[in-house]
Amino acid sequence: MNSSSEVSVITQAPPPVMSLSAWLARFHLDLWLGAALLTMSALGLLVLYSASGHSASMVFSQGQRLLLGLVVMTVLAQAPPELYRAAAPWLYSVALLLLMATLVLGQHAKGAQRWLDLGVMRFQPSELMKLAMPIAVAAFLHGRRLPPGIGVLLATLAMIGVPTALIAVQPDLGTALLVLVAGLLALFFGGLRWRWIFLALGAGAAALPLLWFKLHDYQRNRLLTFLDPERDPLGAGYHITQSKIAIGSGGLFGKGWLNGTQAKLDFLPESHTDFIFAVYSEELGLLGVLVLLALYAVIVGRGLVIALRGQDTFQRLLGGSLALTFFIYVFINTGMVMGLLPVVGVPLPLVSYGGTSMVSLLAGFGMLMSIQTHRKLLAA
Amino acid sequence: MTKRRPPGRGDAAAVARTGRGPIAMLNTPFESMKNLHEEKEAFTTRVVIAGLGCLVLIGCLVARMTDLQLIQHAYYSTRADDNRMRLVPVAPVRGLLYDRNGALLAQNAPAFVLEITPEQLPGKLDDTLARLGQLVRLTDVDIARFRERMRKTPRYRAVALRTNLSAEEVARYEINRYDFQGVEVTAGLLREYPLGAGASHVIGYVGGITDSDLQTIDEASYQGLTQIGKSGVESSHEEELRGHPGNKIIEANAGGRPLRELDYQQGNPGRNLYLTIDSKLQATAEAALGELDGAAVAIDPKTGEILAMVSKPGFDPGPFVEGIDGASYRALLENPDRPLYNRALLGTYPPGSTIKPFMAAAGLIAGTLNPATKVFDPGYFQLPGVDRKYRCYWRQGHGWVDLNLAMTKSCDVYFYQAALNMGIDHIDEVLGAFGFGHISEVDIPHEKTGLLPSRDWKRRVYRQAWFPGETINTGIGQGYLTVTPLQLAQATARMAMRGGGFKPHMVHAEEDPATHNISAVTPEALPPIPAKDRGVFDRVIEAMELVMQPGGTAYAVFKDAPYRAAGKTGTAQVAGLRQDETYAPKLDATPKALRDHALFMAFAPVDDPRIAVAVIAEHAGHGGTSAAPVARAMIDEYLLGKVLFNAPPTPTVPAIVETVPDDDGDDENPDAGTAPTPPDQPRPGDDASAVPQQ
Repeated sequence: MNSSSEVSVITQAPPPVMSLSAWLARFHLDLWLGAALLTMSALGLLVLYSASGHSASMVFSQGQRLLLGLVVMTVLAQAPPELYRAAAPWLYSVALLLLMATLVLGQHAKGAQRWLDLGVMRFQPSELMKLAMPIAVAAFLHGRRLPPGIGVLLATLAMIGVPTALIAVQPDLGTALLVLVAGLLALFFGGLRWRWIFLALGAGAAALPLLWFKLHDYQRNRLLTFLDPERDPLGAGYHITQSKIAIGSGGLFGKGWLNGTQAKLDFLPESHTDFIFAVYSEELGLLGVLVLLALYAVIVGRGLVIALRGQDTFQRLLGGSLALTFFIYVFINTGMVMGLLPVVGVPLPLVSYGGTSMVSLLAGFGMLMSIQTHRKLLAA
Repeated sequence: MTKRRPPGRGDAAAVARTGRGPIAMLNTPFESMKNLHEEKEAFTTRVVIAGLGCLVLIGCLVARMTDLQLIQHAYYSTRADDNRMRLVPVAPVRGLLYDRNGALLAQNAPAFVLEITPEQLPGKLDDTLARLGQLVRLTDVDIARFRERMRKTPRYRAVALRTNLSAEEVARYEINRYDFQGVEVTAGLLREYPLGAGASHVIGYVGGITDSDLQTIDEASYQGLTQIGKSGVESSHEEELRGHPGNKIIEANAGGRPLRELDYQQGNPGRNLYLTIDSKLQATAEAALGELDGAAVAIDPKTGEILAMVSKPGFDPGPFVEGIDGASYRALLENPDRPLYNRALLGTYPPGSTIKPFMAAAGLIAGTLNPATKVFDPGYFQLPGVDRKYRCYWRQGHGWVDLNLAMTKSCDVYFYQAALNMGIDHIDEVLGAFGFGHISEVDIPHEKTGLLPSRDWKRRVYRQAWFPGETINTGIGQGYLTVTPLQLAQATARMAMRGGGFKPHMVHAEEDPATHNISAVTPEALPPIPAKDRGVFDRVIEAMELVMQPGGTAYAVFKDAPYRAAGKTGTAQVAGLRQDETYAPKLDATPKALRDHALFMAFAPVDDPRIAVAVIAEHAGHGGTSAAPVARAMIDEYLLGKVLFNAPPTPTVPAIVETVPDDDGDDENPDAGTAPTPPDQPRPGDDASAVPQQ
């Protein structure tokens, strides 16, 4: 892609009948992303209905969150990317302060300190950091000589490391991982040198045994269980064993919507949240899974295309990071549910029951749409 | 790949857009070094790499899903089914028991059972019991019984706490059932015995399956069943009565709650059994024995069917079905009258004079007894050259007696001589052929052989030679010889059949509950008792019939019987008389445990035998007065459908009327010292170890 092609897009005459894509662009919405996201969310609500044991109220409240998320997405898509770049330092600082506050004042839930009680609502600052991180790193690298030199690199790593550590000690390994990934991906797209990447990978591998002793018991259990799920089939390995049974028994065509026995009969724990992919696989089979993965691929692909078309470093790095983080999200969740990865608390994007992740994900897509749809305006 | 290039011209617009935040300030010095074009190319490369990476990872996911959902699909399908499907046994309905005329002896009544599975209890048992006690009636006995049962049952099996909940209790429990894990109310069938204590020794009872039962049974046949036949016919015909369990496949959730039935395979219900017992005859015999302890057995000589088998006192099988509590069970065990003990099969008594018809038959078969030859009875008998006198109960002596007179008067001296003439070996042979000394193999568990003494036996047990004096005692049914009431009845039946006869059995017919096809049980004929001349049995029967005639020891009881009966009275000595006591002391002056047993055997009609009876009344004195009326009532009931003879109100202490000495057969046996162990002290084993007290 070069500048002449960009120019040709801009100079092209508008078609006599406005396409749906162009019409949506007026509202700063992207057809591909929007269509794929809506399809995905609709599928998610259907599976949720089954996984929740036909709970219309759960589907309804998830639908509400979906609407809220779509509104947030639309609103965020209206703002030009420059605004996010400008707001980046403040956004990052606020998120960081809230994380620290959580550590001191936070509410305990399920043995972890993740929630901050704001009086009117409970709020997870780590979700805010998920968004703030790629924005901040992209903004920081924007306008700097890339690939980054050692000083910039160290500064960026500090930017990434501090919040990640704050989230990890809550402890919320899943979110910490995603925040880390979001920052590192922005760095990666910023052209981080391969030798440093490999160096980091090597160092990380060497540090693994050290990390082991830093883990909480339940985290260690998860890892051990991942390595050998049958180690404790009724305890820690139960989740993954039942999940594999659900997936495997689905077969090529699945047992049919609402007919999955593993979820319906409560053998599959967390079936409507982190393990909803197992329910999906059981009921809709391998064919359904291929459709789902294709939809995710469309979303990620479209995100990467938007990133490619980004008009400055900030837009490109932010877009690439958002799109790829989304993919990592999907990969970690599905990989965990099918026993490829250890169990970490990462929901299946847009499908798992739960509010904050839905809203923050759609907020990310709002920014992607902003990058996509403010291009022409900027050029004109 | 990105390469370090000399810095190009900075983009002024980019600088302007950087803003003035803390990060932007860091920006400024390097701004001019940026090469936008190169940077964008590098970015494109990274996006391509990232996109390829995504494709590779998606490939991994697809590969894994293919592995799980296609390649290992069958394996995981099975595991999913194993998760949700439970194979639940369906208990077969136990077969019913009827008497030979179709009167119900054992049935299954619906009942609500409160069960606890100890393994599934979330907390303390005491806590659960306390909370249950607020909903249903729980007595200390219930709880004690439950703990007792729990101790004997594997932890994964449900143990009944209450077996007969009322509808209200069931409702109260169901409202609160969410509070009780491991507790279940099941609608089950409870075995019921309409006759209560009647025929309880024959019918037996069912009870909970214990650990020791589990050692011997095939558990697959007991899927879903909690009870097993413990005694009587319930135990011996367990296989037929039990049936075979079916099963159903239910779908259950992870909590184990059944949701729906997927498959149902019916088992086979148990077969209904028509016993040979005539419950009216049984009741008549039980009533006729009254307060006396003892036994009565009636056999149909032409089939070997046991028409009645009474052991007094009886017991109520009800508590055993629900699981009897320890205290009640101990009380039954420690009761001196031993109600749980089936005297008809386990009681071993000296037969006394009731052995005389068989002695006579033995003598006739051996040819050592001439019925017409008379023996002189001076009141005692002496072996040649020995001082010791074997007394006749009739101290004046009967004078010259032939077989008929010896039988009607129950003359001891005649049979001393007869026994001596044929010798112990021949006695053993013929009495053994009549069934004495062997179990009858009747289909009720636990039976004793009694004791038919022989030279071998004496040598084995006492390491002594057999003495002629012991042959003499055997001749009148004393000494070592003991028999069970069933043996005596069976021997009487074989006498009635003139040496023929059938194996005694308890089941008349079996009914398939599904088709209602009834198949009769074929009697098993026994090898006839060897005799050159069948006439010998007729000859003995002729003498037995005279017992019922004027001058006979049973005349008083049988004088108005509208059928021809043949029989023999007997009185078996429990305590030995001292040599200096001339004859038995008066009955009411003797402690009960030392009083004689009263015996009687008879059959009727003489020329077409339909019923053979043996009666033993423990410590009741004289066969003619205590045992014969019971036999008369039974024969009346069976042949006539009503009892013509009105027995005097059963006396526990029958009076001796000294002016009518001929209504009993009395035996004296001063030499042997004692009779064998009375039946209320269990004899530890078979004939070899059954040793008379010295």
